[in-house]
Amino acid sequence: MSERFRVGDRVRTSTVDPDHHTRLPNYVRGRVGTVVDSDGVQPLADLRAQGVERPQPVYVVRFTARELFGHGDHTVTLSLWEDYLSDE
Amino acid sequence: MSDDHDDSPIAARVRELEAVLEEKGLLDSAELDRALEAFAHKATPANGFRIVARAWVDEEFKARLLDDANSALPAIGLSMGGGLQVQRLRVVENTEKVHNVIVCTLCSCYPIALLGPSPTWYKSPAYRSKVVSHPREVLKQFGFELPDDTEIQVWDANAETRYMVLPRRPEGTEGLSEEELASKVTRNGLIGTAAV
Repeated sequence: MSERFRVGDRVRTSTVDPDHHTRLPNYVRGRVGTVVDSDGVQPLADLRAQGVERPQPVYVVRFTARELFGHGDHTVTLSLWEDYLSDE
Repeated sequence: MSDDHDDSPIAARVRELEAVLEEKGLLDSAELDRALEAFAHKATPANGFRIVARAWVDEEFKARLLDDANSALPAIGLSMGGGLQVQRLRVVENTEKVHNVIVCTLCSCYPIALLGPSPTWYKSPAYRSKVVSHPREVLKQFGFELPDDTEIQVWDANAETRYMVLPRRPEGTEGLSEEELASKVTRNGLIGTAAV
């Protein structure tokens, strides 16, 4: 499966607050991070919870605490499905 | 399933759910028994202690562990295959400059099939909500203070991958055997809320 993003790419997370199950935590919505690795191809959790298996690339994305919370000198890293991401 | 029945409301709910899933053909009770057996007898923090000790004494094993943990585990007789599905394990290494901490903010994802159940505090809303925004303060509450210039990397296990921390080998342990080294590691060390 071809991957839309590569390591080093800056990506922005979706701001959508869906009314169904999702694995994009609220604190990371609409934020800019950097792709640090690939996390393989996994069924999109949002659809899987509705009984639909649609595998797609997952990326390991790192955010600065300042970007997420406006303070702090640490980083937070998450695995995010391609559907959650767009170009910065 | 076992015939040992618990009378608590949650146990009753689990039994009802299990019966419905079996009736609909979504669950094979023999498969469930096999998974529970594996969980109960094979999944333990001691697996993590062995992994860490081997990584401390064997550079080649460590390199493979950090690159692709699932493929490194069979070398010491372990795997991520104890559950109903094989999960991907990512091991993150603490160094002089970087300290890693694991959390699952959305629920309580943890490498259960390898390390057994997570600690109760790991599932608490207090830990899950606070450690992403204020990790240094949370670690202090565990009695663990990091130097100001150590960078903290928090890993939120929000998707399919499970995480384990590879702590730094303590000083003064040069002469210890692999078994003795394993006894230095704690479950909190594997999550990052302790140094080792």
